[in-house]
Amino acid sequence: MNLFSDIYSVFWLDLRVMGRHWKSLIATSLVLPLLYLVAFGYGLGRGIDVDGVSYLAFVIPGIVALTAFSTSFNGASSKLQVDKMYYKSFDELLMSPVSSYAIIIGKALIGVLRGAISATAIYLAGLALAPTLLVSPLSSLIFLMLMLLSCFVFALFGVMVALLIASHHGMSNFSTLVILPMTFLCGTFFSLNQLPSIAKAVLYFLPLTHSATLLRSTVLGLPFPWLSFVGFLIFGSAFFIGCVFALKRSSV
Amino acid sequence: MESICTENLCKNYGTVKAIDNLNLSVHAGEIFGFLGPNGAGKTTTIRVLTTLTRPTSGSVSVGGYNVKDEPDKVKKMIGVVQQHLSLDRDLTVRENMEFRARIQHLNASKRKQRITELLEYVELTEFADKMVDTLSGGMKKKAAIVCSLLHEPKLLFLDEPTVGLDAQARRRLWDFVRRLNKDGTTIFLTTHYIEEAEVLCDRVGIMHHGQLIAVDKPANLREKVGSIVVETLVDNKETHYQFFANRESANAYVKGLPADVKTVIIRESNLEDVFIEQTGEKVGGQ
Ligand SMILES: Nc1ncnc2c1ncn2[C@@H]1O[C@H](COP(=O)(O)OP(=O)(O)O)[C@@H](O)[C@H]1O
Ligand SMILES: [Mg+2]
Repeated sequence: MNLFSDIYSVFWLDLRVMGRHWKSLIATSLVLPLLYLVAFGYGLGRGIDVDGVSYLAFVIPGIVALTAFSTSFNGASSKLQVDKMYYKSFDELLMSPVSSYAIIIGKALIGVLRGAISATAIYLAGLALAPTLLVSPLSSLIFLMLMLLSCFVFALFGVMVALLIASHHGMSNFSTLVILPMTFLCGTFFSLNQLPSIAKAVLYFLPLTHSATLLRSTVLGLPFPWLSFVGFLIFGSAFFIGCVFALKRSSV
Repeated sequence: MESICTENLCKNYGTVKAIDNLNLSVHAGEIFGFLGPNGAGKTTTIRVLTTLTRPTSGSVSVGGYNVKDEPDKVKKMIGVVQQHLSLDRDLTVRENMEFRARIQHLNASKRKQRITELLEYVELTEFADKMVDTLSGGMKKKAAIVCSLLHEPKLLFLDEPTVGLDAQARRRLWDFVRRLNKDGTTIFLTTHYIEEAEVLCDRVGIMHHGQLIAVDKPANLREKVGSIVVETLVDNKETHYQFFANRESANAYVKGLPADVKTVIIRESNLEDVFIEQTGEKVGGQ
């Protein structure tokens, strides 16, 4: 019972901070995905088919996945990075009786919230462009759950990276060298079936690939990709364990 | 009762011995001052005592609990004001207090009561809803201190609490620390100001390159090196210090000095002299 109230206490602070800037935070997180939507989906996508569906219908769930990915990752990691390096307020959490599990989950939640808001907004914008993507209430619910799961896993990823990387410079390198390539390559903009099998195998070792597959299958009415689901849960667990390890490494 | 006790405590950062075989005990109820120049290992010691940094070797107990085995028990009884401001600067003073009260498991009514009480105690009530960054340095420090007092810690750590404060604010803070101590809080503070250690602390430990080179009441430390100092300027460049137990022997020494020694100062010794005697260096660095 202390765990849940501790998680909320940690989240409470980030929620307060977000309350001050929510309009600009949401607006800025939507710029890039909306540009992708217009350029790749609307501009390029009409008239092309991929894997038997229109490219527009193919790419929209991919863009939703990458929005969930980058917004959740950045939302969780940037606030934690600031707390840790500039405000030093993260030390106060470490010196409090709050458990490391509560710290990790609490710190991830701001990423989940921001990712979920942005990804939902992009999905709604996508529906306006491609109304055929509107699926049954049950599939919509599954879609929503998978999107939240994606946001949580990616936020944990952000927490882990922010805990492990000790400088602002390192963080920005990580964003450019790892996060940015992932957003383009992980089956978000093109089908992995178009790739040589070695490249495909490599991309299966990146979490965003599975998130994109899960979201796309749900809105296109394809069979549920259990393998990706399990793979994605494994990624989530690995990130959580990584967070625990990173926290233990620093303090008592 | 010992509030803090370390045995053969060491902390290495690569080849740097930040803490070098520290054996320290701080009594419950006292104001203990940790005096030393920058880089002496004061902050590292506080970080180890407050569970933030893992020691390389040695054992540490705080409030009777072993820091390694029962960190949660330790965390509940300590309050820590870090050397650098550790408030969330995207929030107001009250929000920062609210957060710190929540993570110390205070319930809603207790939170409200303590926040109101403490804001009044340090006269910050009218600034409670201002953003942290809009406050003056002294007010920020006070805000940081009350944030660490919400759960009524028995033991308060203050890492260089008066750095950056003007003379008046510094004195007010000393009074505040004395008041907390009177109300039963044991205080462990670090400083590189001689005067602060002398006037505020019941006992002082002097740190140098990670080692505790002396620990006692300020008056006893001064007595040990000699209560009276004679400073003489040699060749107009290097000051020599000579220590004496009393004024009479100091005066006799001055009378016997050769005529070409011009500048002579006779004064009472202070902790700076103790430091120089023990290390051959100045606390403020060379
Ligand atoms: N995280 C760290 N990594 C490497 N060296 C450190 C670290 N923290 C402190 N040190 C070194 O340990 C020594 C003691 O530092 P510190 O405890 O901050 O001294 P003080 O607080 O007395 O000024 C210094 O030489 C400092 O450079
Ligand atoms: Mg220091």
